[in-house]
Amino acid sequence: MNNVFVYCEIEDGQVADVSQELLTKGRSLANELKCNLEAIAIGHKLENVGSEIIPYGVDTLYLADDKRLSPYQTLPHTAIVVKLFQEQKPQIALMGASSIGRDLGPRVSSALHSGLTADCTSLVIGEHFDKKANKNYENLLYQIRPAFGGNIIATIINPDCRPQMATVREGVMKKSILDPKYKGKIVNLEVPKYVSDTDFVVEVVERHMEKSKLNIKGSPIVVAGGYGVGSKENFRLLHELAEVLGGEVGASRAAVDAGYVEHERQIGQTGLTVRPKLYIACGISGQIQHRAGMDQSAQIIAINTDPEAPINAIADYVITGDIAEIVPKMIKYYKKNTK
Amino acid sequence: METYKIIVLAKQVPDTRNVGKDAMKADGTVNRAVLPAIFNPEDLNALEQALRIKDQFPGTTVKLLTMGPGRAAEIIREGLFRGADGGVLLTDRAFAGSDTLATSYALGQALKKMGKIDFVIAGRQAIDGDTAQVGPQVAEKLGMLQVTYVEEVKELKKDTIVLKRRLDRGVETVKCKLPLVMTVNGTAPECRVRNAKLLMKYKWAKTVTELQKENEDYTHLYNDRPDLNIPEWTVTDIETDASQLGLSGSPTKVKSIENVVLQAKDSKIISDADSDIESMMIELIKSHTIG
Ligand SMILES: Cc1cc2nc3c(=O)[nH]c(=O)nc-3n(C[C@H](O)[C@H](O)[C@H](O)COP(=O)(O)OP(=O)(O)OC[C@H]3O[C@@H](n4cnc5c(N)ncnc54)[C@H](O)[C@@H]3O)c2cc1C
Ligand SMILES: Cc1cc2nc3c(=O)[nH]c(=O)nc-3n(C[C@H](O)[C@H](O)[C@H](O)COP(=O)(O)OP(=O)(O)OC[C@H]3O[C@@H](n4cnc5c(N)ncnc54)[C@H](O)[C@@H]3O)c2cc1C
Repeated sequence: MNNVFVYCEIEDGQVADVSQELLTKGRSLANELKCNLEAIAIGHKLENVGSEIIPYGVDTLYLADDKRLSPYQTLPHTAIVVKLFQEQKPQIALMGASSIGRDLGPRVSSALHSGLTADCTSLVIGEHFDKKANKNYENLLYQIRPAFGGNIIATIINPDCRPQMATVREGVMKKSILDPKYKGKIVNLEVPKYVSDTDFVVEVVERHMEKSKLNIKGSPIVVAGGYGVGSKENFRLLHELAEVLGGEVGASRAAVDAGYVEHERQIGQTGLTVRPKLYIACGISGQIQHRAGMDQSAQIIAINTDPEAPINAIADYVITGDIAEIVPKMIKYYKKNTK
Repeated sequence: METYKIIVLAKQVPDTRNVGKDAMKADGTVNRAVLPAIFNPEDLNALEQALRIKDQFPGTTVKLLTMGPGRAAEIIREGLFRGADGGVLLTDRAFAGSDTLATSYALGQALKKMGKIDFVIAGRQAIDGDTAQVGPQVAEKLGMLQVTYVEEVKELKKDTIVLKRRLDRGVETVKCKLPLVMTVNGTAPECRVRNAKLLMKYKWAKTVTELQKENEDYTHLYNDRPDLNIPEWTVTDIETDASQLGLSGSPTKVKSIENVVLQAKDSKIISDADSDIESMMIELIKSHTIG
């Protein structure tokens, strides 16, 4: 009762990265609240997911396994989660801010009349004093999230309704296995008790996952180019720098729109969120929508001809100049000093 | 030929995309006065999808529903200029401070008053709250099916629809029955522009409140042309449970807000001289950031 719950997304029999990241966060919240961590996975052929989920420190894993439950569909997955939450009464429930989590989360929260905070970048336990009601709340979940296009950071709380629900984007939390031999129990739910046949009203006609072969998110160094790079040819310079440093190439939307680089490399609000050790922004002005995807980087180098470019405000190193001159120099002096 | 009844949900939002330094007040709150109020971008994509269905099935009606302050009547006019048949402005102080759940409840109750609806079409996400929660929550409130992130209506035949959805890492085609709530992605076709004839026709479309503020000259028009009246519904026009409205009906509360616009951090200024670039690279190698 009153545990922390994580909804685990399953794609092709694998547990999604974002869910593993949330399990890690969920475990630390549960430790602080001195409660258990529980998880639910819904899909088909889930025999092996237990070994992928429990090592994160999951005490109880609920499985709903049925051929019809894969791929994800809104109504059946909602029905299972709603009923399970009504039975288990978690105090906190976390989901990925993914195409699945953002379809499921609002529906579940509406059915349970519990608040849902979208796209949190930080989750912390804290207290709250309500002056009007003269009431103190302990152990609330502070759900911290950017809003207004990233211009403000709001701390949202959910004092009275349970569960306190939040979604978090992939790459925002770190994942780490607690103990490969962690002992948690698995409960197989009797699916027909949770879903009715009438919930299966959507037929998935076709589906192809365009898996990105690139691993920009996992890369410790990202060399990103913007509209200021000027051409597809000039992007080669960035590829060269990335290769020398052992990183990946990313891009702003303007560079993608201009056709300099593939869409899969877009970083920002409507692209990837990255937090590398080093982010090198080449010819990127640094609009809010771009920064939303990279401002958590540990270090940022901004290379821009405009000394007033907004990206400079969040950069650790500001280089004012032309990328066509500066990038070759970076390659040259990197090679010189590592050999 | 089939005809459909479509309601488009559209929100007036501050334009958060081009925020300058003056967009935030010293106390960390948003300076709405300097941010232009616009039609939420993805709601325009939603409107276009509705208008395309209307093009294909003449006799279909497209109306907008927007909840907001009085000036949000602009949203209804904008819709009329682009080909919608009408709309309702839901406006009342009782709705102030609503989170997505209270917003969805109010919108849902207004939709219930509109009779049988074949489609509710919303944008995926509004650019101020940025939650993408209202569409699915309205669907739940109405007990309707939802299909999110729609990019294209591939086929519509009687009560069966085939839709293409844009997911995180791919695309999905789904088939289902009406009625339906769908949310439309920004990757869907852009909205058609204003139509000059419709602009002339609906220029004077106003709500009662706006009319009261106007000078007398045009009041006669509203008596002759009822289509120029934009209905304004308050909390008394829809059936509601007061405990589910506004701030008190919202499970989530904003505890605090921090302004993050262009907060400068200490940065090192590096020139494009060889020596500067070299010492920066050496520093990064030494700190194990690279190498
Ligand atoms: C800083 C801040 C943070 C917030 N965080 C949260 C949060 O995490 N959780 C939460 O529940 N609330 C939150 N809110 C409240 C939320 O922004 C409002 O409830 C808002 O009115 C609706 O949410 P949205 O803008 O996110 O809309 P979305 O859910 O992103 O909108 C999706 C679609 O729903 C339709 N729609 C939305 N609102 C209206 C409307 N008024 N009229 C007509 N159609 C509409 C539009 O088609 C729109 O494209 C927050 C508010 C602030 C100021
Ligand atoms: C809803 C929405 C979502 C969005 N999502 C994203 C997103 O996910 N990711 C994203 O990136 N954007 C996104 N955008 C777009 C974003 O607002 C900006 O338009 C975009 O990031 C600008 O890209 P840019 O910095 O490359 O181009 P610009 O703003 O055109 O900047 C080019 C920069 O290059 C500099 N420059 C020019 N020549 C040189 C040179 N030779 N050497 C060095 N510097 C040079 C210029 O000084 C300038 O600063 C979104 C917008 C909206 C409305």
